[in-house]
Amino acid sequence: MAIAEQKLTSVSPATASSGSFPWRTWLATVDHKKIGIIYIVSAFVFFLLGGIEAMLMRVQLGAPNNTFLSADVYNQLFTMHATTMIFLMVMPMNVGIGNYVVPLMIGARDMAFPRLNAMSIWLFLGGGLLLYMSFLTGGAPNGGWFAYAPLTQVQYSPTSGMDYWILGLGLTGVASIAGALNFIVTVLNMRAPGMTLNRMPLFVWMNLVVSFIIIFAFPTFTVGSIELLFDRQFGGAFFNPAQGGDAMLWQHLFWFFGHPEVYILILPVMGMISEILPVFSRKPIFGYSFVAFSGVGIGFLGFIVWAHHMFGVGMGPMANAFFSAASMVIAIPTGVKIFNWIATMWAGDVRLTTAMLYANGFISMFIIGGISGITLASPPIDLQQTDSYYVVAHLHYVLFGGSILGLFAGAYYWFPKMTGRMLNERIGKIQFWVMMVSFNVTFFPMHIVGTEGMPRRIYTYEAGMGWDIWNFIETVGTFFLAFSVLIFVYNVLSSLRTGEIASNDPWDAATLEWAIPSPPPSYNFLHIPIVSSRRPLWDAKYPHAAGDGHHGAANAPASVRYEYTDEETPGAKEIHMPSITFSPMILSGGLTVAALGFVYINKDILGLPTRVAALGFVLIGIAMVAYAIWGWIVDSRKDSPYLGQHH
Amino acid sequence: MSATSHAHHDEAGQAPLVGSLGVDSRKLGLWAFIGSETLFFTALITTHLIFYARTKAQLMADGMLAHMDPKHFLGINLTSVLAAILLASSLTMVLALAASKSKEWAKFRFWLLATIILGSSFVLGQAYEFTHLYAEGLKLAPQYVFEGETVKSLFGVTFFTMTGFHGLHVTIGVIWLLAVYFKVQRFAASPENPMDVELVGLYWHFVDLVWVAIFTLIYLI
Repeated sequence: MAIAEQKLTSVSPATASSGSFPWRTWLATVDHKKIGIIYIVSAFVFFLLGGIEAMLMRVQLGAPNNTFLSADVYNQLFTMHATTMIFLMVMPMNVGIGNYVVPLMIGARDMAFPRLNAMSIWLFLGGGLLLYMSFLTGGAPNGGWFAYAPLTQVQYSPTSGMDYWILGLGLTGVASIAGALNFIVTVLNMRAPGMTLNRMPLFVWMNLVVSFIIIFAFPTFTVGSIELLFDRQFGGAFFNPAQGGDAMLWQHLFWFFGHPEVYILILPVMGMISEILPVFSRKPIFGYSFVAFSGVGIGFLGFIVWAHHMFGVGMGPMANAFFSAASMVIAIPTGVKIFNWIATMWAGDVRLTTAMLYANGFISMFIIGGISGITLASPPIDLQQTDSYYVVAHLHYVLFGGSILGLFAGAYYWFPKMTGRMLNERIGKIQFWVMMVSFNVTFFPMHIVGTEGMPRRIYTYEAGMGWDIWNFIETVGTFFLAFSVLIFVYNVLSSLRTGEIASNDPWDAATLEWAIPSPPPSYNFLHIPIVSSRRPLWDAKYPHAAGDGHHGAANAPASVRYEYTDEETPGAKEIHMPSITFSPMILSGGLTVAALGFVYINKDILGLPTRVAALGFVLIGIAMVAYAIWGWIVDSRKDSPYLGQHH
Repeated sequence: MSATSHAHHDEAGQAPLVGSLGVDSRKLGLWAFIGSETLFFTALITTHLIFYARTKAQLMADGMLAHMDPKHFLGINLTSVLAAILLASSLTMVLALAASKSKEWAKFRFWLLATIILGSSFVLGQAYEFTHLYAEGLKLAPQYVFEGETVKSLFGVTFFTMTGFHGLHVTIGVIWLLAVYFKVQRFAASPENPMDVELVGLYWHFVDLVWVAIFTLIYLI
C-alpha cells in the first residue's frame, strides 16, 4: 500500500455543484467536519478583527503624544483585542481543528454528542456577536480582558460595555464547557477498536487534557462574572471595597481560571506540533509517553500557579514563594516536550514544508516566550517587569509565537484534508518568513522598552523616555505582520480555486485521518479501522518500517487501508448519520437573546420603561430555549439507535 | 445512545476490542458535567464563607458578635425540613429507577411523581424561606438589618447568590423530572427509558448533595 499508488478523487465535493449555497445543510448541521469549518472560518474572521484592533493601537503608539485615538477608545481596543484573540480566536480555532480532526484520528464517525456540538458553535457565535455589538451600543468593554475590580463596578464603568463582556463571555463559556464534555466522552468512549489510550495520537491526548482543564477552570470564571454582574446590576458588592467587598477576590477567582486558560490556548497546539514533526521527519515522535504525560502534568500544575499574576498585589512572602516555585516547576514538563520534539527531528529525514517551518518557528519562539516567563516567575524580578511591556512581549511570544504559529502549522498540514486542495508551498514559505521576521520586529523590542520602564495599557507616552524608536519599529513591524496575514488569505483563496488536488495522504503521514478521502465523506470511515499500534496508517503502508515497538497482541488483526469513498459508495447509505436539525441553533439563539436582556436589565431601552424591554428579551429567550429543547428531544427520538423498533 | 456512540465490534464479530470505557456516553458526560458543577458550587460556597468570616471578625472587633451574628437569620426549623425533603426525594428517585429497570411502570410513576412533588416542595419551601428572610432584614444587599440595627456585610449577597443558584438547579431538575415522567408515560416500551431515568437521577442526587453541603457548612456549623 505505497503512497505512490494513491488515487485522487476527481473533484472535491465542496466545489462539485454549481448550485446555490446549501444554507440548510450548513446552518442545521451536526456534522463535526462542517462545525469544525464554521469554527475555523469564524475564528479567522475574529483574528482579522483582533488584528485591526492591534494595528489601531500600534498606530496610536507609533509616536509619542499621539492623538490618533482617545484614551477611552484605546481602552476599549486593548480590552477587545485581548478578549477577541483569546476567547474568539485561539480557543475556537483550537476547538475547530480539534472538532474536525479528533474524530477522524480515533476512527469515529462523529463526536459523541453531535447536536451538543452544534449548540457549542452557535453559542460561541452568539457570544461573539454580543461582544462586538457593544461597539455599536454605547461602547465596548474597556476594563481590560482581565476586568479588574473595582474599576469594573458600575460607577466607574457606566457604559454597558462590561455587561456585554460578562454575558458574551458567559455564553462562550457555556459553549466551551459543553464542547469540552463532548471531547472527553468522544475520546474516552469512541476510539476505534484496538486504540488504547496508550496508542492515541498526541493531538487527541492534548485535546483530552485541555477538555478536563476547561471543565474545572471555567466554573470559577463563571462564578466571578456572575458575581460581577450582581455587583453591577442587582445590588451586590462582591468586589466593591467601599461596601465591604474585596477587589482581591476578583483577582483570585479570575486568575484561578485565567492561568489554566493559557494552557487551554497552548496545549492543543503542542499536540498539533507533536503530529506534524514526526511526519516531516519520517520518524515516530521521540518519547511518546513523556510527551503525553508532560501534557497531563502541565494540566495539573497549571491549577496551582495562578497567583504569579498577582505578585505585585502584596500577598506576602509565603504566598509569593509558593507560587514562584510552582511556576518554575511547570517549566520542567514544558522542557520535556521541547527536548522530545528536537529529538524527533534529530537524524530524521526532514522535509521543510511550510507546516514544518511553522512547527520549528513555534518551537523557537515558544522557547523565547518561555525564557521571559521564567524571569517573570521570580517575584523580585517580576516587581520590576509586571505591568510593563516586558509582559506584553512575553505573552505575545507564547501566544503569537506559540499558539498562532502553531495554528498556521496546523492550517498548512490539515488544509488538504479539509478542502481537498493543497495550499501553495512557495507562497506559503514566503508567507512564513515574512511573518517570522515581522513578528520578531514587532514584539522583540517590547522586551527592551518594558525593561526601560514603559508601562502597559497606556494610550500614549512622553517623548524622550528612550521608548520612541522602539515603538516606531514595533508599529512598522505590525504592518508587515498584517501583510503576511494577507498573503495567507491570498494563498487560501487562490488554492481553493486552483490549488493542486489533494489525495487521501499527501504528506505520507501516520494517523487515521489520512486513510480517507480529502475531504472525507459525511460518514468518515466506510469500515471502522481496527488499530494495533500508535501509527496505524504508517504501519499499514510500511510494515517493515514500523518502529515504535507497540504492536499489541501478536494475533490482533489490524485493518487500515486507504478508502476511496463518497456518498454514493455501496454501503454508504446504510450508515445512519444524525439528522440535520435547527434545535441547537434555536437554543443558542434563545440564550443569546436572554443574555442581551440581562445586559439591559436595569436600563430603559427601545423607548420602553426601565426593565420592560429587557425582561421581554429574557422571556422571549427562555421561550426559544424551551421550544428548542422540545425539538431536541424529538430529534433524539428520530436518531435513536432503536429506530424501527416499537419504542 | 446515538448511532455514533455505540461501542465497536471488530468485523470478525469477536468480542469488542478496547476503544471505549464501557460506560454509557451520556452518563460519562453527565459525570464530567457534575465534576464541573462541583467547582461552580465550591466557588460560590467559598465566597460566602470568606465574607462570613470577615463579618464575624468585624463584629467581634466591635463586640457585637453575639448579638448581631447573621447566623441568627438562619434558623434550621424550616431548612432542616427542606433537607429532609430533598434527602427523601433522593430515596424516591432510587426507587423510581429500580422500578424502571424492572419495568414496573405503575410503581415507577408513583415514585417519580413522589420525587417531583418532594422536589417542588423544596423549591416552594425555599422561596418561602427567602421571603421570610427578606421580611426579617436579610436581603441581596451589602448590609443587613437585625432587630433595627444595620450591619454592613456581604452575608446577604453571598447567601442569596449561593442558595439562589442551588434553587435554580433544583428547579431545572424538577422540569427535567417532569419531562422524563411524561416521556416514559408516552413511550413506555422504549428500551431507552431506564437510562433516561438513571441520568436524571444522577443529576438529582448531585443537586441533593449540594444542599447537604450548603446546609451543613452554612446552617449547621
